[in-house]
Amino acid sequence: MIHHMLSTLMSKLWSGWGTLAGVFLIFALWQVGFETFGSLVLPAPLEALSRLVDLVALPSGLEYILITAKRAFAGFLLASAFGIFFGLIAGWSNTLSLLCKPFITVALGVPPIAWIVLALLWFGGDDGTPIFTVFISTIPLIFAGALQGVRMREKELDEMAQSFHVPLVQRFWQVQAPQIVSYLFPAWATALGLSWKVVVMAELLSSTRGIGAGLAEARVNIDTASTMAWIVVVVGLLLVIEGTLLNPVKDYVEGWKHAE
Amino acid sequence: MLNDAAPLLSVVPSGAADTKPTVLSVSVEDHLYHPLQQTLAPSALELKKGEVVSIIGPSGCGKSTFLRIAAGLIEASSGKTSSTADRTAILFQEHRLLPWKSLLNNISFGLQGQKLSKFQRMKKARAVAYAMGFTEDDLIKYPSELSGGMRQRGALARALAVEPDLLFLDEPFSALDIGRRRDLYRLVLHEVDKKQCSVLMVTHDVTEALALSDRVLVMAPDPGHFAKEYEVPLARSERTRQNLLELEASLLADDRIAQLFNMSNWEQLV
Repeated sequence: MIHHMLSTLMSKLWSGWGTLAGVFLIFALWQVGFETFGSLVLPAPLEALSRLVDLVALPSGLEYILITAKRAFAGFLLASAFGIFFGLIAGWSNTLSLLCKPFITVALGVPPIAWIVLALLWFGGDDGTPIFTVFISTIPLIFAGALQGVRMREKELDEMAQSFHVPLVQRFWQVQAPQIVSYLFPAWATALGLSWKVVVMAELLSSTRGIGAGLAEARVNIDTASTMAWIVVVVGLLLVIEGTLLNPVKDYVEGWKHAE
Repeated sequence: MLNDAAPLLSVVPSGAADTKPTVLSVSVEDHLYHPLQQTLAPSALELKKGEVVSIIGPSGCGKSTFLRIAAGLIEASSGKTSSTADRTAILFQEHRLLPWKSLLNNISFGLQGQKLSKFQRMKKARAVAYAMGFTEDDLIKYPSELSGGMRQRGALARALAVEPDLLFLDEPFSALDIGRRRDLYRLVLHEVDKKQCSVLMVTHDVTEALALSDRVLVMAPDPGHFAKEYEVPLARSERTRQNLLELEASLLADDRIAQLFNMSNWEQLV
């Protein structure tokens, strides 16, 4: 038992170490880029980092980050709720899956930038536009993940549960849900990353507040240091979410796969 | 090819143990896999309390389909199934353990079909697991950490945990080596002797069918029907490897049966 805990801890530390090494490698390449092309193209990493500290120190800087995070999560959670709900139903019902297909094709085919224009017209310059854009660009992924999960499940296990007259609710949670999750989870992780990118893009074009708005401001001022600082914020937050939310959830739901 | 019109042959006339109550009676008039393909022709079966009956036949003859109908997993296109058993369990060809549950949770899984508290389920599952020779260490393992024989034994434990009156076996021993196989035979037969559990088994292994059953039904394909009923003339305790070989020879002496298994001139091995 202790040996097991130690080895999990070691593997956690090791993977954290790997991430850290990757981050430092990126900063090193960035420094090389700065020395080659000059500060107008790429500012010095240290300059961008000190700008980052300045930005976060401002009350508006922290507020921007929180606003963006709120919008990304709102859109993502909405897309998860609807995507999983309809994905499950479509997996069980052929009729509904046929009915849903054109909607998914449309949602996938219309470029996010076009959605932003439409959303601007529908929701104006407030929270609605980025939330809607995140929702509409991530829902096909989540829907497809849930649908595949239901479709690809092993019918033999359902038959086994049926043979023991296990009630339907237990059958869903104990037999089907773990199989669905193994398809849903990768799609869900991709959708979370995507929502983070899309929200910044939507804000850049539509909002006066948020990380995207900060980037738009930096563009107007041709301020590469601020631009890079915002990018570091976005990527850094994504890394933090991955480490504190996605990976623990993944370990929890897929723990049985790594039993040696 | 087999002559469908040939009369049913019975080597030993039945009639001795007819006093026991019937647990399962299946009568299939017709079963279609899809509208154009008939899988089963009229075929009927009665199973008495404490009786072990095997269905043997070549691959794809419809014996598994018949078992599924008998177990109530599917319904025959036309026909009747009635059973007086309170609790039934099926052991499939594959173990069908849930990979995300520990062995103990897998064994207790089937008990969720009964009105038991979680504590009672766990207690029962644990008792069955120990009776079947699992150790405390095995119980917390996932199926992927167990050997093939242990997985199938776990599946048998899950089936026996519900204390079935009627047990269906769908070729569950075919992937095991001879030693593991005999362990499971003994566990099943113990249940039959102790609790008067009735067993309907499907297998393509003639020796296995003769070793375990009171009666063997031979199924012929296109579409599936019972071509022969054979009552095993020896009490189970008197069966040995030697006299089973003789029984097998006498069964395959029937040309139609030998043809069915592609076993004409069966003394020749290759």
